[in-house]
Amino acid sequence: MQPVLPELVLAFGAMVLLMVGAYRGRGTTRLVTTLAVCLLVLVGALELMLPAGKLVTFGGSFIVDDFARFLKILALIGSGVTLILATEFLSDPSRPIFEFAILVLLSTLGMMVLISAADLIMLYLGLELMSLALYVVAASNRDNAKSTEAGLKYFVLGALSSGMLLYGASLIYGFTGTVEFAGIAAAAKTGSLGIVFGLVFLLAGLCFKVSAVPFHMWTPDVYEGAPTPVTAFFASAPKVAALAVFTRVALTAFPGIVPQWQQIIVFVAIASMVLGSFAAIGQKNIKRLMGYSSIGHMGFALVGLASGTVEGAQGVLVYIAIYVAMTLGAFAVILTMKRNGQAVEQISDLTGLSRTNPLLAFFFMMLLFSLAGVPPLAGFFAKWYVFVAAINAHLFTLAVIGVLSSVVGAFYYLAIIKVMYFDEPLPALDPVRVELSTVLAVAGLFNIFFFVYPGPLVSVATVAAKSLF
Amino acid sequence: MTTWPILSVVTFLPLLGALVIYISRGDDDAAKRNARWIALWTTLVTFAVSLILVWRYDAAQPDFQFVEKANWLASGITYHMGVDGISLPFVILTTALMPFCIIASWKSVTVRVREYMMAFLLLETLMIGTFSALDLMLFYLFFEGGLIPMFLIIGVWGGPRRVYASFKFFLYTLLGSVLMLLAIMALYWNAGTTDIPTLMHTAVPRSLQTWAWLAFFASFAVKMPMWPVHTWLPDAHVEAPTAGSVVLAAILLKMGGYGFLRFSLPMFPLASHDFAPLVFSLSVIAIIYTSLVALMQEDIKKLIAYSSVAHMGFVTMGIFAGTTQGVAGGVFQMVSHGIVSGALFLCVGIVYDRLHTREIAAYGGLVNRMPLYALVFMVFTMANVGLPGTSGFVGEFMTLIGTFKVSIPTATFATLGVILSAAYALWLYRKVVFGALVKPSLASIKDLTFRESLLLFPLVALTILFGIYPKPVLDMSAASVQQLVNNYNTAVTAVKAAALIN
Repeated sequence: MQPVLPELVLAFGAMVLLMVGAYRGRGTTRLVTTLAVCLLVLVGALELMLPAGKLVTFGGSFIVDDFARFLKILALIGSGVTLILATEFLSDPSRPIFEFAILVLLSTLGMMVLISAADLIMLYLGLELMSLALYVVAASNRDNAKSTEAGLKYFVLGALSSGMLLYGASLIYGFTGTVEFAGIAAAAKTGSLGIVFGLVFLLAGLCFKVSAVPFHMWTPDVYEGAPTPVTAFFASAPKVAALAVFTRVALTAFPGIVPQWQQIIVFVAIASMVLGSFAAIGQKNIKRLMGYSSIGHMGFALVGLASGTVEGAQGVLVYIAIYVAMTLGAFAVILTMKRNGQAVEQISDLTGLSRTNPLLAFFFMMLLFSLAGVPPLAGFFAKWYVFVAAINAHLFTLAVIGVLSSVVGAFYYLAIIKVMYFDEPLPALDPVRVELSTVLAVAGLFNIFFFVYPGPLVSVATVAAKSLF
Repeated sequence: MTTWPILSVVTFLPLLGALVIYISRGDDDAAKRNARWIALWTTLVTFAVSLILVWRYDAAQPDFQFVEKANWLASGITYHMGVDGISLPFVILTTALMPFCIIASWKSVTVRVREYMMAFLLLETLMIGTFSALDLMLFYLFFEGGLIPMFLIIGVWGGPRRVYASFKFFLYTLLGSVLMLLAIMALYWNAGTTDIPTLMHTAVPRSLQTWAWLAFFASFAVKMPMWPVHTWLPDAHVEAPTAGSVVLAAILLKMGGYGFLRFSLPMFPLASHDFAPLVFSLSVIAIIYTSLVALMQEDIKKLIAYSSVAHMGFVTMGIFAGTTQGVAGGVFQMVSHGIVSGALFLCVGIVYDRLHTREIAAYGGLVNRMPLYALVFMVFTMANVGLPGTSGFVGEFMTLIGTFKVSIPTATFATLGVILSAAYALWLYRKVVFGALVKPSLASIKDLTFRESLLLFPLVALTILFGIYPKPVLDMSAASVQQLVNNYNTAVTAVKAAALIN
């Protein structure tokens, strides 16, 4: 039972908090949220205290290795920071939803199960637990038509993708006779038509979760419609978990048929990078823009996976870690965008921010340059590792298209910087809340100073990546 | 020899200055004055420290000196700094010109002075770092990082079309550089390291040489800039504030030439030899075509920008001639152009500050009210033409000699460019300085102030000094250039011999 102790604590804690919320009634949102953050910290500590090496339980279907540890910590950070970012959203007396924190906790539980899944059943369980909670939080601004529309849209499309994933899983089970990744790897030495068919459906379901093209349609709408803290959540932790399971399935369940899935991932990566960068250019709404931006970034992360090597897996891990830091910082800025108490989300609302709030503008600029992958910021190193892996694997076309689309992508990030720095200022935004500025400062400093001492993250990612092979 | 990391100190001293400016908060006039003085002193101290480099530099030794090495990213990617005879002149050029940039912005920049000075100091760190990095990854970090402050300098403090110009500058340069990044990755994968001295001695397979050469060329040709990817330069120059134009013309453009010398020739000698005709053609087109374009300009800055493209054509031509005179001439021409074009932009800035227009037609007869200015402007115009006795002559002459040995048609056509450069430069000078002073807006224009004289006369002295006595620069680079050319020729002749045997 020891390997699942963190998950058990998280599940039990979530139930307790649900009881606290249900019985204490109104006005407990703050308490529940605070306790939820503490719970996430506790779970993270427990995860780190697990004995080193590879731990397996539930008859081999639940695995805790360095890969899982790395990504679980990352997912926990993403969820925890999201809850901190949501403080203001939750403190609105007209919106007494203590359930928000509980749903985030349950979703995080799903992510942790997903990250540790070592067979198809566990994969599906984790995925559904994560997604179901996400559908609800997407609609958590329940009196708002856009928010409910986002939740519904996400639910319908998510259910469709779950169906595809299940269909693929059943085909794979049918043709290999097992649901365990190790067993599938042993059976799928050659890519028989049935297995490849199942693989395609399985990957399609996973592509939906990481919002990779051509299964990305929900992303801009849901990002725009959902309340901003929820969007921040969508952009961080679930992406970590989905990318984790994507990597684990590809590398541990189908190592024998790399060429078969490599071409799919190469296509998906190229399509995501190109669409992400071109479609974002015309956006006026910053949340929608972040939606396209995240599509593009998932494309870049998949470049690492496409190489199918240890370096590639390491690239994915470094990429997702830096991506989470950049995204949470960027959303901290988007959450500060309020004028006279009213949230604004047009890019033009940032006009002249460098005059009215220089520090905020500076950090946001650094995050945007980082997202664009300009050295010496962290985002550059993220791209460096995935593209080095792609070059090592001789995926030259992928690499060239990738870097070229990053130049196109730079354009829309620059457009935001232009608005903040080159244009004449609008009336100032409301003062920045302390929790937002803290998150922003931490994320911003991480991005700026990552290059000074990149060693720790990179070496941990290397160890984590090696545990998959 | 050295006990303290002198090169890192030179590199990061400006950054320290930027931090000091950041800490001294405030937005009133006192804060602005402080920012200016801190920036000026930082650049002056940096220059002084960089002179220690010159003093302790052993010119007889072709290898890297003042080497520093520390662990950084991975075993093959380290913090490795050092200079040789090719990079040291550029480091000194950078540190020497920065105080001029700060003084040039003393009066003309009045909004967001603190940010402006911080951007310039950050830019200085990145430029010095580019020239002294001995690790490809580190080089790329400095090289690309320079885009951020320059983008802001053009975009925030630039002219009316600054947004267009800054975007064009950023995206053009980034587009070239990302391809170079892929080549860097391929080299890393080939040799297991991005250490530049190691890579110089690692044989690169022929096919990889070709691709990597092209990728590096994409980046440096844009930066240089070479025809036909030069179109960002006139826009960036016209819109940038005076000091931005100075840095752009004097230093940022040199990164392209430096890149060719540091990477293309030593690491991909065979590809460089194969592609030399391409470079020659592009250089000749650049020299003749952009000179003709310069003849048609109505904007002073644009004219100088096009003339920069033409002069850089001489540099690329000399470098890829692969002869001692050509390469040494290329280095000298870059240093000389750094001084002369920087000074020309300062001259334009001075009249722009008075009249707020860069239209050639708005001027005329300045000699009547501004005799001192007319004198200074004439020296730089002549240096731009390449008149013997000015530094411009030495570089052009050497690159032409160096190329003549390799390709007579290239050298012949390039010489035509010298005539054209005389045509546009003298035409500009006549339109702006000579003639009767009839325009009412010019009637009360004032001659150089003390600050402006302080700005221009040292550069006049350097232009003439290097024109008559170019030895200091040539001696500094001679040993390294000789080693570079020897290695290049050895590699090329080895392949030719092998081809003959087969």
